[in-house]
Amino acid sequence: MLGKTANGLFWMYRSLERAENTSRLVETGQRIALTRLDSSVGEWISIMQTAGVADGYLARHEEVTKESAIDWMLRARDNPSSVLSTISAARQNARLVRTALTHDVWEAMNRCYMQVRERLARKVGERDLPAAIDCIQQHTALVRGTTQGTMLRNDIFNFARIGTYLERADNISRILDVKYYVLLPSVNSVGSSIDNVQWETILRAVSARGGFRMVHGSQASPVDIARFLILDRRMPRSLRFSITKIRDNLTYLGSDYGVHHPSHAQADTLVRRFMSHDIDSIFEYGLHEYLQDILAALAALGHQIEIDYRFYE
Amino acid sequence: MSERQFFDEMWGRGGTLRQPYGRFQSWLEGEDIARLRAKQREAEEVFRLTGITFNVYGRAEAEERLIPFDIIPRIISGREWQRLSRGIEQRVRAINAFLYDIYHRQEIIRAGRIPEEAIARNDAFLPQMIGVKPPGGTYTHIVGIDLVRTGDDQFYVLEDNARTPSGVSYMLENRETMLQMFPELFSQNRVQPVQSYPTDLRRSLAACAPNGADTPTVAVLTPGIYNSAYFEHAFLADQMGVELVEGHDLRVVDGKVAMRTTQGYQPIDVLYRRVDDDFLDPLNFNPDSALGIPGIMDVYRAGRITIANAPGTGIADDKAIYSYMPDIVEFYTGEKAILENVPTWRCSEPDALAYVLDNLAELVVKEVHGSGGYGMLIGPAATRKDLAEFKAKLKARPGNYIAQPTLSLSTVPIFTRNGLAPRHVDLRPFVLVSPQGINITPGGLTRVAIKKGSLVVNSSQGGGTKDTWVLED
Repeated sequence: MLGKTANGLFWMYRSLERAENTSRLVETGQRIALTRLDSSVGEWISIMQTAGVADGYLARHEEVTKESAIDWMLRARDNPSSVLSTISAARQNARLVRTALTHDVWEAMNRCYMQVRERLARKVGERDLPAAIDCIQQHTALVRGTTQGTMLRNDIFNFARIGTYLERADNISRILDVKYYVLLPSVNSVGSSIDNVQWETILRAVSARGGFRMVHGSQASPVDIARFLILDRRMPRSLRFSITKIRDNLTYLGSDYGVHHPSHAQADTLVRRFMSHDIDSIFEYGLHEYLQDILAALAALGHQIEIDYRFYE
Repeated sequence: MSERQFFDEMWGRGGTLRQPYGRFQSWLEGEDIARLRAKQREAEEVFRLTGITFNVYGRAEAEERLIPFDIIPRIISGREWQRLSRGIEQRVRAINAFLYDIYHRQEIIRAGRIPEEAIARNDAFLPQMIGVKPPGGTYTHIVGIDLVRTGDDQFYVLEDNARTPSGVSYMLENRETMLQMFPELFSQNRVQPVQSYPTDLRRSLAACAPNGADTPTVAVLTPGIYNSAYFEHAFLADQMGVELVEGHDLRVVDGKVAMRTTQGYQPIDVLYRRVDDDFLDPLNFNPDSALGIPGIMDVYRAGRITIANAPGTGIADDKAIYSYMPDIVEFYTGEKAILENVPTWRCSEPDALAYVLDNLAELVVKEVHGSGGYGMLIGPAATRKDLAEFKAKLKARPGNYIAQPTLSLSTVPIFTRNGLAPRHVDLRPFVLVSPQGINITPGGLTRVAIKKGSLVVNSSQGGGTKDTWVLED
């Protein structure tokens, strides 16, 4: 496989994952706005922070409003992480690696791009927001589904998965880091209604409410939520799940090619260093510091994979 | 001009149904227009989803566009095709012999059959190719011969495409789409299949590999995703099961051209390149090219890679050389050309120029090195101002132009909102050449001028395409 193709696959799936995550964050933000009586403008800043797009927004906008925040996250062309930008990037990369994709995946990706572009051609009003979010989630899910259902389990698939899970791990770390203070076991805020909303935000933002209820019932404590999102082995968006998948897919590549690269060692270290503790020792170390370490390690791993598999000249 | 002057491939000149269209017409009579309309829309949807698009240069807002597809097939009888394919094969053989000769002893010039300056002063002639023998002796691995028809038995070669002919993906996708939408038509008519083209292409390219390559590695070289034909490049690489590479994926490693893979550099034996000569090698040609591979020409001259088509083949499809084609065919095959050329005036010759200037309103004038329908004048359709402007251009650089009579191109019906209506067409059959032989896919790409009365079929100028059937007689 060409190094360029591995690069294109990695970014195609990374962009798709980002589009989906961003749309879920918008959905969560809107949900909070609708279910709270006081102003939720501050919440939109924190939502944009979790998506990593707050600085860009503030550089181009005088004030924070719900409408402009939603528009920035869904449609803005000058926001490289907006849904429209990431779906366009995913499709551009799909064209680049067209020969590595099955016909079904290419068609699902092309359809996803055409439908989402049409949906987001104009500003999305409040009434149309649920349908727009639906459209994004359904079509990205279709690309994921055809990928699962039609692609060979070879190096192509592995690079696609590595892109997906690196983005996912990055995303959950950011969400947790922006909200880490509400997860800290502090005597004062436990049980207050504000925290309940905040906790729910976190779970919603990663589609984890149902899963969490199944495991913990309706009694939510911040420690349980943190443990669930960081260390749970079953939750497909937990940090442990994502990081383990990255390690596994790299291992498959290694045995496929018969070559062990520095990125393999890095991924092993990532799993061993961060996933071998219980939640108490993580809190003891400092949740924020822990998450910052992980974000840095993920960035370093991404960079090493580029080098090991010759993404660029 | 009235419609009756033109030969219609379905209805002839007098309105009698021509034989190859017999079964199709009986089917058509049983169809209702609403269903056909729905089918036409369905076809467009298939093309949009599959991403069968082309990029239009210089149009930022419409970076990808669909080529209009028409659901009415163009039908050619087996007998008609036999004659055409014999003519095509003869012409392609002559083109390859001509290229070998031109880059070696130049016998044809010594024999006085074409003037020396037609070659020496021609930009398409590549001095770097002098004395180079391409692997397998093949120059034009893939050729497209553009044909037009003016009557029952009257075909002309309009143009030879010996560099990097495009359009074959449309030939294949048009057939796929028709099979999907009108399966019954293929039960009723015995249509010769085209689907083996990608397999044939790969086999043909592999057969041209440099000596010593047992299972040659083939790759397609594209200028990139912004190129107008990118879809086709990806399509062919995908269908052949080979890598689609760009210049920056390649470099010369240990005397071979190699591609950067996830497991290091891997050598390539045959490069089906879809970039122009100029951009192939910044060390040997255009130094500013970011598309090419520095040093590939040195590897090529050492016989360690096959470039398809060979560099310098443009000298054979140059419009000034075109006018000598009947001589070229005769010189190398010893037979009269089976396919006729369109009579052509070379404006570089004073008598011809005088004639062209006097009769400009009846002629089609083309740039010698132009392609894609850009920069041409169609006399009968031109305004007085166009004609005056073109006269000035002709006088300033006569050697840059050739002129031909305006041909009465045949028509084939297309499906319009109000039912069938005749439109002008041409035909580009695709030919594969290797030491193992010449392979012509039955049919080819039919391009159709969608605008009523228009004679310009180029997709860059709003032309469309049709499925082309060659029947088993």
